[in-house]
Amino acid sequence: MTAPDGADANRTVAAQAGATAADGEWPLWEVFTQGAHGEPHEHAGSLHAVDAEQALQNARDVYARRGGVASIWVVPSAAITASSPAEAGPFFDPGEDKAYRHPQFYKVPRGVRGL
Amino acid sequence: MTEPAVLPPPPPPVHDELELLLRLGDDRLVLGHRLSEWCGHAPILEEDIALANVALDLLGQATLLLRRAGEVEGKGRDEDALAYWREAIDFRNCLLVEQPNGDFGVTIARQFLFDVYAVVTLDALARSTSAELAALAAKSLKEARYHVRHSGEWILKLGDGTEESHRRVQRAIDELWRFTPELFAADDVAARLAARGVGPDLPALRATWETQVLDVLHRATLTAPTGASHSPHLRGGRSGMHSEHLGHLLAELQIVARSHPGASW
Repeated sequence: MTAPDGADANRTVAAQAGATAADGEWPLWEVFTQGAHGEPHEHAGSLHAVDAEQALQNARDVYARRGGVASIWVVPSAAITASSPAEAGPFFDPGEDKAYRHPQFYKVPRGVRGL
Repeated sequence: MTEPAVLPPPPPPVHDELELLLRLGDDRLVLGHRLSEWCGHAPILEEDIALANVALDLLGQATLLLRRAGEVEGKGRDEDALAYWREAIDFRNCLLVEQPNGDFGVTIARQFLFDVYAVVTLDALARSTSAELAALAAKSLKEARYHVRHSGEWILKLGDGTEESHRRVQRAIDELWRFTPELFAADDVAARLAARGVGPDLPALRATWETQVLDVLHRATLTAPTGASHSPHLRGGRSGMHSEHLGHLLAELQIVARSHPGASW
């Protein structure tokens, strides 16, 4: 109906995530959109909103208004734990020179889609 | 009252359908323009985009409705001719939608009252005996359902927000409530359309509208004015008697098209 159920629950989510900014700005949210059913949700960008419902609505208007979106996730930015750029060497370099970890030696049968 | 010598003949049905299309189309053209005035001025970027988005939805609906109105009229006028080359007295929008934006609370209150009205009337219109109208209504209904979700959520936030947001949005509801009886007043045109199953039975829809509006207002800790004013001077939009605000709005809306007739861009 006119207003979504669970708006209170949404406010709680935002509060628990510690997403309330001290500088007077509305909390930041990360937006993930899915292009078609079955595809992964991909990061589309970020926006400000006071709670999850508003974040969803804003995401719809900012990132989905030109169509092509089947689903939206919004996540309080504060809830995301990111790898540290300073640790990028130890974190990622060991994976760069081990070709045998890549499945590139298999022949993909013709007609297989979605790989 | 003197006895009329001869009763005027009833207008042909096409007249009524044209009136209905103009009422629906002009509501959306005028409100869409009002919302577009916020572009670049909304409280935050995200809401700026949201309001522009609703404005564009309404403009899109107006385009289809006025195009159809031009076809029904049969005088070769398209939606642009109807939007840009009619005078205020020719416009059939309700008075609510032409009211100035005021502060954000007024804009949201006006939008919410209209959005619920749009959902209720489009829902009825989607069952119209006119296939064209039913199709137009069904298409617009999806958009209207989202609009009411957006404005309804704002009513909750402003009403149940800070002391100041509550005070402002309550004042907006109090000021705009007097324009709501017009939404459900059935003149002869509306009554004939309802009898033919072409248009919605407006007086019968008021209770549904009020239930939905009051439910959200209540949850937002807001109240609707009781003993709503039914002053006759707060109607008239459907017959072209508008508040002074519409003339100013149309001046801005029409100036470019009228300064450069026939130009395309």
